[in-house]
Amino acid sequence: MESNKSDVPMPLQKPRVSSQESLPRVDGMQESSAKMVAKNINAYFGKTRALRDVSLAIPRNRVTAIIGPSGCGKSTFLRCLNRMHEVARGTMTGEITLDGQTVMAYDPVLLRRRVGMVFQKPNPFPTMSVFDNAAAGLKLNGVGNKSFIAEKVEKSLRAAALWDEVKDSLGKSGVSLSGGQQQRLCIARAIAVDPEVLLMDEPASALDPISTAKIEELIYQLKANYTIVIVTHNMQQAARVSDSTAFFYMGEMVEFDETKTMFTTPGKKQTEDYITGRFG
Amino acid sequence: MNRRERFTFLWRKVKDKAMALLTFLCVLLAVVPLFLIFFYTLGQGMEALNVDFLVQMPKPVGEAGGGMANALAGTLILISLGSLIGIPVGIFAGIYLAEYGDNPFGTAVRFLSDVLSGIPSIVVGVVAYILVVIPMKTFSALAGGVALGILMIPTITRTTEEMIRLVPQSYREAGLALGLPQWKTTMRVVLPAALKGITTGVLLGIARAAGETAPLLFTALGNRFWSTAIKEPIASLTVFIYDYAKSPFEDWIQQAWAAALILILLIFLLNLIFRFATRGRYGEQQV
Amino acid sequence: MERHFHQELEALKSNIVRMATLAEEAIADAMRAVAERSPAIAQQVLEREQQINSFEITNDHAVVDLLALQQPVASDLRLILAALKINNDLERIGDHAVNLAESAISVAGRPPLDVRTEIPRMSQLALQMLREAIDGFIHNTPAQARGVLEKDDLMDSLNRKTINDLVDVIRTQPNAVDQALELVRISRNLERVADLATNIAEEVVFVAEAHIVKHQADKDGNRP
Repeated sequence: MESNKSDVPMPLQKPRVSSQESLPRVDGMQESSAKMVAKNINAYFGKTRALRDVSLAIPRNRVTAIIGPSGCGKSTFLRCLNRMHEVARGTMTGEITLDGQTVMAYDPVLLRRRVGMVFQKPNPFPTMSVFDNAAAGLKLNGVGNKSFIAEKVEKSLRAAALWDEVKDSLGKSGVSLSGGQQQRLCIARAIAVDPEVLLMDEPASALDPISTAKIEELIYQLKANYTIVIVTHNMQQAARVSDSTAFFYMGEMVEFDETKTMFTTPGKKQTEDYITGRFG
Repeated sequence: MNRRERFTFLWRKVKDKAMALLTFLCVLLAVVPLFLIFFYTLGQGMEALNVDFLVQMPKPVGEAGGGMANALAGTLILISLGSLIGIPVGIFAGIYLAEYGDNPFGTAVRFLSDVLSGIPSIVVGVVAYILVVIPMKTFSALAGGVALGILMIPTITRTTEEMIRLVPQSYREAGLALGLPQWKTTMRVVLPAALKGITTGVLLGIARAAGETAPLLFTALGNRFWSTAIKEPIASLTVFIYDYAKSPFEDWIQQAWAAALILILLIFLLNLIFRFATRGRYGEQQV
Repeated sequence: MERHFHQELEALKSNIVRMATLAEEAIADAMRAVAERSPAIAQQVLEREQQINSFEITNDHAVVDLLALQQPVASDLRLILAALKINNDLERIGDHAVNLAESAISVAGRPPLDVRTEIPRMSQLALQMLREAIDGFIHNTPAQARGVLEKDDLMDSLNRKTINDLVDVIRTQPNAVDQALELVRISRNLERVADLATNIAEEVVFVAEAHIVKHQADKDGNRP
């Protein structure tokens, strides 16, 4: 190294925003930076209560992870966000808003085009090719323009980091791909309809470590264009991938904070115990 | 291993083999009647079977030769009419029961459907007689079609419902989560996935209908002449077999056997055509 | 597959290197202030010290975040742990640069001593050791780092000689005591800088070979 003087070198770092500024709070302050807000959600399956007075603001263009032991209600909460909860005969009280609009007053079909979902087990449609799967959300919703569809399919397959692997075999059956590829196909299918929010229910738990790493890196890149909420029982994954994390336990939301804070100095002892593996 | 363990081990192997043998013998037993019927019919009917038989009209009593062209055409027409009624109703009823039928009404419908499938076909014929023949004041192919259609419905409904229920919930969820309305998810995602199984149900229904005789006696009646008119009585293979088999004429009995053979082959052919036409390129339920 | 984690790791490494550059410049400038008897240069060293300190804080945070959020293993883990320790070492080198700058100001305020010491040679050696240790870190070359470990003994003997020389001066020129003591302090600080460079070199060996070579020199100064 030469000892030429460098003038005031700025250390390279990610912008450190304090918890105060960046995290939207449900009590009304900075709700405008939240893409979706859930207030006092109680969710039921028949008489069983799955969610107990949950309030959470999902920040825009960030990855929010929901962690917690099995049965704590995290998947139920996720499904409330795009009203899939009612498909499973569930009921819900409380308010959920998307960009300020109440979700319950919205046509669920239109809502789900703005709030897409990827499931735990990859589920590409078995009777359709790779191309048709990616195009399903468009074609089956009545879009007719062939070149538009082809363009969208390529774009979403690229965004899902799958294009290079399937571009020469778009006509193959959707289920002939490997597990990791199938899941990326499902992600492509979900983003082809240009949703604003992407809900992911344990998207990598059925996959091997390499595919998981690819999906995680994909999520990191996707957040530039989408608001992402991911449910995972793997808290290391939550640590690697998310900007903010919510910890659920027995139907309640125990703590919600920036991921960095959550995993270095969590506020509640319960959170600390769970994260350090002392219970759950 | 000591002697005790060795003995148990050998005895277990014997039991395994015995079980395999037993199940194999039962399969043979089940298949034997099938083969018997087919080959006996083949043997008996081969003599009368020639091209003439298929394309000629029945000759008057006493004359040799003749065919059953009108009966063949009639059966095909009757099956088509029956399918037109039975298949759509059956499939949509099956869809309803599978997707929306988890309620007392659905349970009642299922029960009634099972009852309907157990009703003797001759009774169904009488019902069709009352519903169609009397108002029209004539026997007709249409009445026959109605009777056959009613017979097809329960089978198709039940099979369709079963096959749709077999489609994993994850596909429905995927469809709904994409923002597809419920009906579209059912028609464009679930139904294609269940198609192979539904086809089996449809074929079962058609096979049953094609083989019925009694209901046709009250509705289509039969016709010694060529007729494809819907509002007129029409011949059919089954009635043909019935008429000719109980006749005292040797050559007529011969022709009855041949007609039986044709009927079996017809069902077989229908099966192949359906399977080919609905062959998926990819893995739907293989039933 | 390039993960954003690897990018963050590179950023940490980059920051360490930049911090090391600052530390090296600080020592060099402080010794220049001594040689040229320039309080102005020394003052600049004092002002720039807080940059080194803010790097230390940034790097500490980065290490905590990387460990908590990314669960690094194997060579990544060793790199991060080494970075943590090197961070600390560099900050202390910065502190020694401050000490040297203060000595420079003090020395410049008095008439110079008429004595040749090993201080210039020590200054050069210390800077060389630091440079080589950091080079070893950048390129992951443990051989280079081991070379640094060898030089520490030389540094120690130069320090002892300097102190002996200055003790002689004190005996023969009693009114030069203050100046001489200041020079002793300078010598000691340089020796400490060399020690810290040695620490850094030991960390470099650890990263590359998963081998801890601290405190293992035998009586003859041989190391594993």
